[in-house]
Amino acid sequence: MRDGKVVKGVQFRNHEVVGDIIDLAERYRDEGADELVFYDITASPEGRSVDRSWINRVAAVLDIPFCVAGGIRSLADAEEVLNFGADKISINSPALANPELITELARRFGSQCVVVGIDSRDEDGIYRVYQNTGDPDKTSQAGRETVAWVQEAEQRGAGEFVLNCMNQDGVRQGYDISQLALVRQHCTVPLIASGGAGAREHFAAVFQEAHVDGALAASVFHKQIIEIGALKSYLNDNNIEVRLQ
Amino acid sequence: MPGNNSNYVAIIDGGGANIASLQFALWRLNTEAVLTSDHEVIQRAARVILPGVGAARAAMDKLRAQQLDRLIPTLRQPLLGICLGMQLRVDGSEDDDATCLGIIAGRARRFAPAPDRPVPHMGWNRVEKTRNARLLDGIADGAHFYFVHSYAVDMVATTTGCTDYGRTFTSVVRKGNFMGTQFHPERSGACGAKLLQNFLQLVD
Repeated sequence: MRDGKVVKGVQFRNHEVVGDIIDLAERYRDEGADELVFYDITASPEGRSVDRSWINRVAAVLDIPFCVAGGIRSLADAEEVLNFGADKISINSPALANPELITELARRFGSQCVVVGIDSRDEDGIYRVYQNTGDPDKTSQAGRETVAWVQEAEQRGAGEFVLNCMNQDGVRQGYDISQLALVRQHCTVPLIASGGAGAREHFAAVFQEAHVDGALAASVFHKQIIEIGALKSYLNDNNIEVRLQ
Repeated sequence: MPGNNSNYVAIIDGGGANIASLQFALWRLNTEAVLTSDHEVIQRAARVILPGVGAARAAMDKLRAQQLDRLIPTLRQPLLGICLGMQLRVDGSEDDDATCLGIIAGRARRFAPAPDRPVPHMGWNRVEKTRNARLLDGIADGAHFYFVHSYAVDMVATTTGCTDYGRTFTSVVRKGNFMGTQFHPERSGACGAKLLQNFLQLVD
């Protein structure tokens, strides 16, 4: 999301507008998506407050859960997003800057709606966390190893992780199975794979080999390379438990 | 107080819970919903929904502060408890050792995390019918619904639908006019909308 429009980039750069938010929300709902995540990618790096009224319009048309990410830095931000009808909030850079925010959010709203998003990259065999990835000029290493951050965030009350594997993002070469499998071993809350989906086989592989609880994708759905209903039928045929409509 | 007729749904406002998605779901079914803690408005409603997100003890404290814990067991119209709103109707919960409303015999117990079963139990899971359940009319046996919870009520005499997550637990319950779902019908796609419609059309 940027300025009320849905955008998608490649490895967090060169974002292009791909559609109106309500149209896309309705399309994915009808195709059988199990959950939607809306990222306001410009919010966190620029340090501005955002107009969140679109959340209410999304909540009105969706009958599946959805999560809002981006620019949530305080209990008040989170409360506004949840009151507009979001089921979950996802925090990333603000949690790295102030890990206590995870604790406070979980205590106030319950772990079930506190998602911690992590942008992680392989650096010479060690997975490291990156921050402010919405703006290439401000993106930097967060000074944390991914596995250690997952463990700390879970202890603080994170109820779910979305692990975005930056090496894979937007290039459609498949999920980072080894990284996701490693993180899967170090958390007991749901883990959602993100970054790299390009073909339906990639989805099957990430469920079967990394044992993630969900798989997130953007460009293959936005660009209609993969249709969600057909994808779920394929996964079902491969003995992966999915909700069919 | 809404209008002169009583053909509205009262959503009991226990404070804190996010109920926008429930209000929108009822709105999509062309049903007027009133968020209220006013005893008279609740008593006059055609149907009542007790939502709930959060911890059992805190939720019970909020109900007690407004004497809703005394009102709810006296209600005679169809009443649907959702998620924690269903758990609050049992005797008690392991969740901070809370004492609940005791309308339905049973206790809520925490899930034990396992490598292939993260807690909270969060996501889509199947609901199997255990007996004729009007709430599940027109919905396939084994249909998926959306769950978000760490505690669950064991199988009880009044269980009408069950779900497996390491152990089999009550996901739909009915005792007279008191009904409950552990999952969130307002976030469960077409099946959830059908269940809410069934609730809105129940005549006894």
